[in-house]
Amino acid sequence: MKQVAVLGMPNTGKSTFFNRLTGASASISNWTGTTVDLMMAQVQLGEEQAEVIDLPGIYDLRGFSEDEEVVRQVLKSTPLHLVLLILNTSQIDRQLSLAIQVKHLRLPTVLLLNMADEAPKFGVVVEVEKLGAELGMPVVLMSAKHGQGYTIACQVIAEMLHRQQESVIATLLEDQLVPDRQIAEEMGNLLQRTVSAPKQLKENRTSRLDQVLLHPLWGLPIFFAAMFCMFQLVYTLATPIQDILQQGLDGFKQMALIPLIAGLPTFLQAFLLEGLYDGLGTVAAFIPVIVLFFLGMAVVEDSGYLARSAFLMDALMARLGLDGRSFVMTLMGFGCNVPAIMGTRVMRSPGLRLLTMLVIPFSLCSARLTVFIFMTAALFSPSVAPAVLFSLYLVSFAAAILTAFLFRGKYPNQEPLVLELPPYRLPTLRQMLLRSWHEVRHFLRFSYRFIIIGVVLIWLLNHLPTDVPVASAESLSGLLGEVTQPFLAPLGITPQLAVTLLFGFIAKEVVLGGLAVIYQQSGDTALMGAIAHQINWAQAYSFMLFTLLYTPCLSAIAVLKSESKSHQFTLLSVAWSLGLAWLSSFVFYQTVQLLGLV
Amino acid sequence: MLFTLSSLKVGEVAVIANLMTEQGLHHRLSALGIRPGRQVSLLRRAWFSGPLHLRVGTTELMLRHQEAQQVYIRSAYLGVDE
Ligand SMILES: Nc1nc2c(ncn2[C@@H]2O[C@H](COP(=O)(O)OP(=O)(O)OP(=O)(O)O)[C@@H](O)[C@H]2O)c(=O)[nH]1
Repeated sequence: MKQVAVLGMPNTGKSTFFNRLTGASASISNWTGTTVDLMMAQVQLGEEQAEVIDLPGIYDLRGFSEDEEVVRQVLKSTPLHLVLLILNTSQIDRQLSLAIQVKHLRLPTVLLLNMADEAPKFGVVVEVEKLGAELGMPVVLMSAKHGQGYTIACQVIAEMLHRQQESVIATLLEDQLVPDRQIAEEMGNLLQRTVSAPKQLKENRTSRLDQVLLHPLWGLPIFFAAMFCMFQLVYTLATPIQDILQQGLDGFKQMALIPLIAGLPTFLQAFLLEGLYDGLGTVAAFIPVIVLFFLGMAVVEDSGYLARSAFLMDALMARLGLDGRSFVMTLMGFGCNVPAIMGTRVMRSPGLRLLTMLVIPFSLCSARLTVFIFMTAALFSPSVAPAVLFSLYLVSFAAAILTAFLFRGKYPNQEPLVLELPPYRLPTLRQMLLRSWHEVRHFLRFSYRFIIIGVVLIWLLNHLPTDVPVASAESLSGLLGEVTQPFLAPLGITPQLAVTLLFGFIAKEVVLGGLAVIYQQSGDTALMGAIAHQINWAQAYSFMLFTLLYTPCLSAIAVLKSESKSHQFTLLSVAWSLGLAWLSSFVFYQTVQLLGLV
Repeated sequence: MLFTLSSLKVGEVAVIANLMTEQGLHHRLSALGIRPGRQVSLLRRAWFSGPLHLRVGTTELMLRHQEAQQVYIRSAYLGVDE
């Protein structure tokens, strides 16, 4: 099979082109020898079957970023039959530098000038034939988004690929890189002969929109309002869909599964239903959130507004070692941490990304909110309950800021913040759906095993040995609750609450169910009564503090692991949240006791 | 007389003279069009001395002060279309 690599500057529409070429069939794979995931797919190009690799966007083949290193590695070690170089037609005045670098590698190349639909708006005209002759490679104008020129591009690619019998490896890549002076000179000459562009750009839609959206006074309020709307849209839509999904899963369980396994021993039945099947349900519950989140992100990102959020928020975020995009993800984390952590992939600098991933789990997500609403209702009078809830939000913010502040030295943002602010665009529906589909598949592929194993393990802890009541003091988890008392008693957390924390480790959604099992009460009012009877308000608040900080859930840990690709980082994140949770609850509970408030 | 990019005023256009940056940033800026001889205009500054919003050719980009101070310019004048 022939091998084809897609190369280009960031934001030139490489992924859009790749998706058009490969449809939904592409999958992410880990490229051997690197920590980076690359998209790959097999496609039929004319008479040839080819494997196509989408390389990360790079500015310069000599660059020092991780992405640039990856591209060099791939080019130096992979036998290629063809390189597809993608540049943005309207920005050819600067992007030609990459074409010149690639030309000197003497790899078989086709230059695709993408976004040809936008070029006329900028007044950029390229003499394609002439440019191709000068560069010694076919050049095609196209629009990967809307499809103009795409068929011709495919024909040219297929022809080139058919003719190219031998593969080539750029083993001597480092020696073939040309110095800056030469690039500038060749580029100047080429541009003069083949491209005409206006010297000064006129007012356009983007500059008019920027006057409003980046306004020194109104910019930020508009940004917050926009984020609020997106947040509401994603999560108010997600909840009913999650409910329907849950009902469907329950229905299937009642109608099909239970009769099917009725003959099995009771313990095995319960294991399959409550352990395995409900574990599956935990995974499934995230699918609507992820789909909606990335539909929203496709709009915010493709429109160019995400890059603008970096501009708007930089004065504040730079001090924390973060940028505006981190802010957007953390904010979205208040709905659900899982897609927010996945969303950090838009940040290409590893330091910035890891720091953001460390911060997101402190966002008080909607699952934790349900626990807090229940607990505050049980133990605080209606007049103070809102203040209690509000204080938890403040703690959430403070923990996030503290984390960024403490770890910004460990995860420095090595790359200078030099970001392109692309023109405003609207994504097509196809782009949005494809993005969501890829993300859901990514989540399922890397996380489901971890989540299901975790759910099953905790189920076993609650249900073993088999001759004692579930999650009671004699069960394994009850024993664990007892064993942890030396650590948790100083926080006011009783053995029963400790077992609840174990439940909460799976997902905060099951905490209330866990409480009901442990206190053997059904119905909210009865459960509230039982809890209020056994613990006081300080213990309850301490428990809530702990629940807020100690780790969002198994699924969040799963995506932290799959996104960071580092056990060490995942462990650090979990340990730091646990430590911070313990310390905060300890300080709170002990202070309250010292002051004699309970 | 040379100035740095960070001293440019909103609405002004200048010609880039020289990049006094480390290599990584040099590559990045060049690829984004910040090269000696090219015209750059400052569209706006973010609040609280946040980043600069620049335009070079058809590309718009943001740059923090720290980095802008390493880019030298000459002959700033008021842009035509502001
Ligand atoms: N007008 C127009 N917009 C396009 C075209 N191709 C891509 N875009 C838009 O350009 C933006 C960037 O596209 P991507 O495909 O994500 O670019 P990329 O090169 O893969 O970017 P990186 O992932 O950063 O490397 C998106 O908003 C696309 O919708 C095109 O042909 N015309």
